[in-house]
Amino acid sequence: MATPTRTGRSDPPGPPPTTTTQARRPAPSGLRSRLHRWDHRVSPYVFVAPFFLVFAVFGLFPLLYTGWLSLHRVSLYNVDKADWVGFQNYWDLFFGAPSHYFWNALGNTVTLGLLSTVPQLLAALGLAHLLNYKLPARGFFRTALLAPYATSVAAATLVFALVFSPEGGMANWLLSLVGAGPVRWEAGPWSSQFAISVIVIWRWTGYNALIYLAAMQAIPRDLYEAAAIDGASRWQQFRNVTIPQLRPTILFTVVVSFIGATQLFGEPYLFGGQSGHQGGADHQYETLGVFMYDQGFHSSMLGRASAIAWIMFGLLLLVGLANTLIARRLRSAK
Amino acid sequence: MSPHRRSRRTAALVSAVAVTAVLATGCSSSGSGSDDDPNAKVTLSVGDFGTFGYKEAGLFDEYMKAHPNITITENTTTVEGDYWTALQTRLSGGGLDDIQALEVSRIALATSDQLSNAFTDMSKAPGVEKDAYLPWKWQQATTSDGRTVALGTDVGPMAICYRQDLFAAAGLPTDPAQVSALWAGDWAKYVEVGRQYQAKAPKDTFFMDTATGLYNGVLSSNSEQYYRNGKLAYKDSAGVQKGWKLASEAVQAGVSQGLKEFDTPWQTAFSNSTFATTVCPSWQQANIEKYSGPANAGKWNVAQAPAAGNWGGSFLAVPSSGKHVAQAQALAVWLTQPEQQAKVFQKVGNIPANQKAYALPGVTDFTNPYIGPNAPTGKIFSTAAKAITPAETGPHHGDLHGAFSNGVLLMEQNHKSPEEAWAATVKQVESTVQ
Repeated sequence: MATPTRTGRSDPPGPPPTTTTQARRPAPSGLRSRLHRWDHRVSPYVFVAPFFLVFAVFGLFPLLYTGWLSLHRVSLYNVDKADWVGFQNYWDLFFGAPSHYFWNALGNTVTLGLLSTVPQLLAALGLAHLLNYKLPARGFFRTALLAPYATSVAAATLVFALVFSPEGGMANWLLSLVGAGPVRWEAGPWSSQFAISVIVIWRWTGYNALIYLAAMQAIPRDLYEAAAIDGASRWQQFRNVTIPQLRPTILFTVVVSFIGATQLFGEPYLFGGQSGHQGGADHQYETLGVFMYDQGFHSSMLGRASAIAWIMFGLLLLVGLANTLIARRLRSAK
Repeated sequence: MSPHRRSRRTAALVSAVAVTAVLATGCSSSGSGSDDDPNAKVTLSVGDFGTFGYKEAGLFDEYMKAHPNITITENTTTVEGDYWTALQTRLSGGGLDDIQALEVSRIALATSDQLSNAFTDMSKAPGVEKDAYLPWKWQQATTSDGRTVALGTDVGPMAICYRQDLFAAAGLPTDPAQVSALWAGDWAKYVEVGRQYQAKAPKDTFFMDTATGLYNGVLSSNSEQYYRNGKLAYKDSAGVQKGWKLASEAVQAGVSQGLKEFDTPWQTAFSNSTFATTVCPSWQQANIEKYSGPANAGKWNVAQAPAAGNWGGSFLAVPSSGKHVAQAQALAVWLTQPEQQAKVFQKVGNIPANQKAYALPGVTDFTNPYIGPNAPTGKIFSTAAKAITPAETGPHHGDLHGAFSNGVLLMEQNHKSPEEAWAATVKQVESTVQ
């Protein structure tokens, strides 16, 4: 059905010329044109195929395999012996014996996410604003911002574990200067989450500040000039020009930070030392990521760990969906 | 048990003894088994964790010298927990070393129906003398149908290490024999001495580092732990009950500093001299010297524990999927012979699981230059090793022990009442042990 329409559009009106052209054309060139068309259609797929092949092997297969495992009772040390249990693992997580730890981990993931993301993005916004001015040694400051980001999680966490150590840690020394008693940072639910948030904030603020800075520099100068002529102060300019212009960028960083917070693992795991695998003796800073590791690799329950992985995947899909909806609303509001 | 407990002191060189060389040659002739050519070049990989001390004692070099066709490589992981995680995935997916070390808390799982076929029967390996090994150690690695999946390398007999200077300051005796007498026969007396110490303690010091160590000590010296007649019995087990009770008493009496054993603050506390005693399995000696440092040399001493018990110790297993099973078995057998284990003991302090080693010079008469230069260290530990009464274990022993040690932490770090901590522990056990 498609061919007549196409010839009709490209050729001058009247069917006879078309038929004659086709009849006159020799066979090899017909093949060539077909090859040409085939090449045209297929080669883009060939070019992108490596990505999809790699994704299928390292992304899709593990994803599906994890899904399959999540429907079985299976031990880490004996994967060949998997017993089908249907949705038992999911049921257990939501309502069964481990449900207490699952909801606890979900709650911790949310509180740790908020504790680390909100101050982090606010600080990043402020820093970016400052760096947007003509400061002396601006290049130095901009590079210095990225230094924590370039530090490995392990190194940063171990250093902060020393800072918050009950045995001669710097945090308690600072508290003693103002007369406050020593705090067992790692043992308390809030103090430990605070300490872990400090690590996350320290590592990621610079990265977000640079993203904001880049976006700020793309804001046309004349907007600020116009605002200045209207008598807007620096603060008013920041609030009424910078922030609205940054809206898509802010949304992006919020989403990325949220995804990062959902997957938070290295910091709590390493911060806890000997009980890091379960997020503290009382599971007081056990995130979903740590919970998954604990169930899968510490308690060897691969099936349950896979179910947690799929639940996390579902949560991220929800975040993605929310992101799309908000972005669409932002676009239509413009 | 605890992942860090094997980080031991590294050591200098040791000279080869003629006897071991003869023994080594003897093993090689019988160890060619499955391969056609006994002199074919073979590389054997040994997977272990912490400090097994083979390299430190020069044993691999010695073996390779006696067997020019064999090359040995060692894959060491510092922390046992990480090692075990990797080992589990390899048991599922392949890529095992020719010899794999197993920690005692994993041995019940390795001998269970789920895993025992992954390892070869070492009791049938040429040159193995069953009676040479401590009977309970041999039994631990033996399946219900009589296959022995691993050979014992070392055991962890317990003593109590204590600070003579702090004891003197608190008006307690300092001589090992007198200190041993203070609490001989009952762990409750150890807590009682703690109360006495705490009453006159030097400022900012505690009697013990952590109540989890105490719990571990009490449990390990009890013949009933987490299993009874093949079933879980943690709720009313005598060992668990007693250990939990004494640990909670120690916490309430304020005699414990409440540190998390093996963590960085615990390590720092050694050099800060903030506690006077620690439950001290043989391998702990290395930690004490490492973390207390030269500044505290001569201050530590060692006394007998209230009751003999075992904490830790390992095995060597040969996976059945290996390419050079015969050669690997020969090496594992050789490494667990008395002469080799004695050398390891002298270098890194691991108490031999092969009881013939106790008769060798340099074992029972060993004294540790760092800890109590005048204390009969070798005698204390080898006596304890022979007095150990083995407890029944099961596949979940490691999980349960982790949960209960964590429960003691809940009391002393998170300030839970014994009842709350017990409830939380039972909950945790029920959620992981299916």
